[in-house]
Amino acid sequence: MLIGGGKKRVRKVQKVSGDGQSSQHPHSHTLQFYRIPPLGNISLQEFERFAVERLKALKLFENVSLVFTRGSEEYKNKIRTELRKMGLKTFLRTMGQEENDADVDASHEERRRDNISHFILRLAYCKSEELRRWFIQQEVDLFRFRFLQESAVSIKEFLEQNDLAYAAISQEEKAKLRRRLIGATFDMGDGLFDSSDFYRVPFTEALDLVRGRKVYLRHGYAYIPSSELVSLVCACFRLELSKALARTARMFPIIEEQERLLPMLNHINEWYLGEDYGSRKTKASGEVTANMVDGLCQESFPPCMQQLNRAVRTDHHLKYNGRLQYGLFLKGVGLSLDESMRFWRSEFTKLIELEKFERQYAYSIRYNYGKEGRRKDYTPYSCMKLIMGAPPAAGDHHGCPFRFTAPDLLAQRLKGMKISSTQADSVMEMVKGNHYQLACSRCFAAVHDQPPDDMVAIDHPNQYFELSQRILHPEKESTGASLKQPRPSLRSTGTMNQGECLPSGAVTQTVEESLGR
Amino acid sequence: MDDEHSKYDPAILPDYLPIYYRRLFPYKEYFRWLSYGNANGLVSKSTFQNREFSFTLKDDIYIRYQSFADQAELEKEIIKRCPYKIDIGAVYTSKPKDRSPAITLTPVEKELVFDIDMTDYDDVRTCCSGADICHKCWPFMTLAIKVIDRALKDDFGFQHRLWVYSGRRGVHCWVCDEEARKLSVSARSAVAEYLTLIKGGNTGKKFTLYENVHPLIQESYTLIKKGFLDLAIVKQDFLGSKVECNKFLKFIVDDGLRKLLEAEFESLDTSKQRWASAVNVVRTTLEQGSLKRNGRHCIEEVMLSFCYPRLDINVTKGLNHLLKSPFCIHPKTGRVCVPIDPEDADSFDPFTVPTISQLVDEFNEYEEKNKGSGDTVRDVKKTSLQKSLKIFEKFLRKLEASWTSKKIEQNEATMEF
Ligand code: SF4
Ligand SMILES: [Zn+2]
Repeated sequence: MLIGGGKKRVRKVQKVSGDGQSSQHPHSHTLQFYRIPPLGNISLQEFERFAVERLKALKLFENVSLVFTRGSEEYKNKIRTELRKMGLKTFLRTMGQEENDADVDASHEERRRDNISHFILRLAYCKSEELRRWFIQQEVDLFRFRFLQESAVSIKEFLEQNDLAYAAISQEEKAKLRRRLIGATFDMGDGLFDSSDFYRVPFTEALDLVRGRKVYLRHGYAYIPSSELVSLVCACFRLELSKALARTARMFPIIEEQERLLPMLNHINEWYLGEDYGSRKTKASGEVTANMVDGLCQESFPPCMQQLNRAVRTDHHLKYNGRLQYGLFLKGVGLSLDESMRFWRSEFTKLIELEKFERQYAYSIRYNYGKEGRRKDYTPYSCMKLIMGAPPAAGDHHGCPFRFTAPDLLAQRLKGMKISSTQADSVMEMVKGNHYQLACSRCFAAVHDQPPDDMVAIDHPNQYFELSQRILHPEKESTGASLKQPRPSLRSTGTMNQGECLPSGAVTQTVEESLGR
Repeated sequence: MDDEHSKYDPAILPDYLPIYYRRLFPYKEYFRWLSYGNANGLVSKSTFQNREFSFTLKDDIYIRYQSFADQAELEKEIIKRCPYKIDIGAVYTSKPKDRSPAITLTPVEKELVFDIDMTDYDDVRTCCSGADICHKCWPFMTLAIKVIDRALKDDFGFQHRLWVYSGRRGVHCWVCDEEARKLSVSARSAVAEYLTLIKGGNTGKKFTLYENVHPLIQESYTLIKKGFLDLAIVKQDFLGSKVECNKFLKFIVDDGLRKLLEAEFESLDTSKQRWASAVNVVRTTLEQGSLKRNGRHCIEEVMLSFCYPRLDINVTKGLNHLLKSPFCIHPKTGRVCVPIDPEDADSFDPFTVPTISQLVDEFNEYEEKNKGSGDTVRDVKKTSLQKSLKIFEKFLRKLEASWTSKKIEQNEATMEF
């Protein structure tokens, strides 16, 4: 049986790790506090696949939370349907669904994946305050969603396994405080009140409930109804995770010695989950010429690329990062190597000699097209990369303007586009919430006279471009490129050999070390 | 509107401030407060030594990151620098004055503070606006003190709340319980948001009361109800003009009810009559059962919107936010930032708060009268500042009593082993 098997393992793990503090084995419940890092070996392919799966789920939680109130019915339904659509049913699994041994094995495997993928992303997302904040928020939301799917019995079991047993106040005290306890809830009626337990905890342990005035407070204690217990548990989860991430960040130098792991970890947070817009087989190369760039730019380039186009046209120069970003984007737009060369040459030679251009810059343009160096056909940068990548210094024009341009300057630029000031405000609102891609998609909607749809975040500058072209020139579609919605497929921006396997145990060993257990 | 007592002229500050700091500023009590039981061995010396003070000197020269070893050094520096304004900041991991690029200062604790400013009531008060206050609008502050003080005490269990007049148009509160001083930034913002019902600014309906009313709102409402008639009708005459009536009518979401009230208001003349009729009309409509759910509490909503305290929540949220110190002089009004007894908030009158010139005059007068009598009265006690000092003393005694009991607890705890 599952439970028996789980328990046996618990004991074993405890003995092996000598860790008496947390008793839950990662496989003993669908919910986890992720206190124990994974054991055993894992191949690089698995490593990548698990990480991507979880990342997709986390991105989904982010997007849905921006459209619907967390915890509302619409929110839950949307998450449920999307998870199903994306084939991520494992996050919908609850306790006790197993009907036979095969199911038990399957759910064990899922729990293992859950555990491993969480720890991989911890490594990838521990490095900066911004990454950590993002990761914690989405993990907490994921946890909350899964917690709420579980039955009361299963929750009780989980709390016990994790030393989170809260004691309810006595019936007497409850009766005495009746009016106030009910008053503090939004819509608790008498019936619900009678069947509810209340837990008394220091108010500092229930800050979210205090903040929202959702609990009764008395002499520094908050009285939490059973229905809000999730909030307490999530607060614990958040706290533990943020401490663990800080620990992981401190340990990171050790991982950096594991050379093969590092490039991958460095790129996980830049992984883009949509189409890669690389060498587009669908689009006949040579269709777009250097002369068309300005026109297309005005029509359909996203703000990050307009900015670069403007810079190269006025300065007749672009620094390295900008060249790379814009060059690859133009390639994705459909400029052939020859046209690309024409484009750069015509601008740069306004300032420098042709010979100098050939010597200094032509190489890197051919490089972008995989004609030099490692001969890799490089793919255009995704928004994630432009948002998380190196910030532009003075004189630079690369990166995502929603992320890096000073708010007042950005607001001013928006006013310069053909959008209303209310629309500009709604874009800025997203910027203030650090939702740069959604800001971009609102901007897109405004420019194209479309109703804003916060479900479709702009993921990729080339996606922006193609969606725009599709709206402006629907007639082209039948003849030219087939512009599908971005299909979930993963490309890492780094170079990784798919068949490669780490030496046995290397990953888990590193994972364990870095998590300081 | 300025009052008649203040014959204060900012030009005298350079002459009077040295006297004030030399003879009247209550260093002893001030240090007793900020050293938090160091004398009892409950906290280490660093609680005071790592505290940031900032001074604003003449001509708006602002110096941050001052810190002092003890009372003597604090006293010496204040007298030497003669600051126009003193702000108190957080206690840091190390002495702020020793800071260098190599040592990053991290704030570790600070009182939980609140700032309530009369300018945030401009959309409801009818008498003045901006930096001005008068006897007609000050009761807003009195109510704010009562409402917030009750919540801090009953809801959060904070015992040591020092309320201080800001010297001009508002009040500050310093919550000094150990638990409060150690609150994280997110806990501070949670407390601030819990207490925030009204986000200042534009007029109109600001929130809706439903069937279940949170105890915070119930309790606040009870307090507000007591002061409402006097404040809104007598002092503010809040339904006295057409403009004011329209502001009120914006609160009524039910179209039928609003039209009814509009007509009623036309036919009546005074705030008192109009309010009485509004209460009546709403009651009858309610009894007829023809009010939608979101309109049922409109009378209570109006009262709360009008009177519920408006906090500047950013001041509360920040751990390294500086706040004007008690007992400094407001340079524009010359008034001392004196402590207010929250239990006696009603009798606090900002217009009788002593100004620096008044204090120095009182002091000189006393000296003149008792020349050569050889008495040993402490200088502050020769002036009307002594009343404020008594309030501060009351606060301090309670604070110190809590240290004594903590000390006993600690001793008992160690004896068990
Ligand atoms: S969100 Fe993406 S497409 Fe939009 S400006 Fe930023 S990087 Fe460019
Ligand atoms: Zn006034």
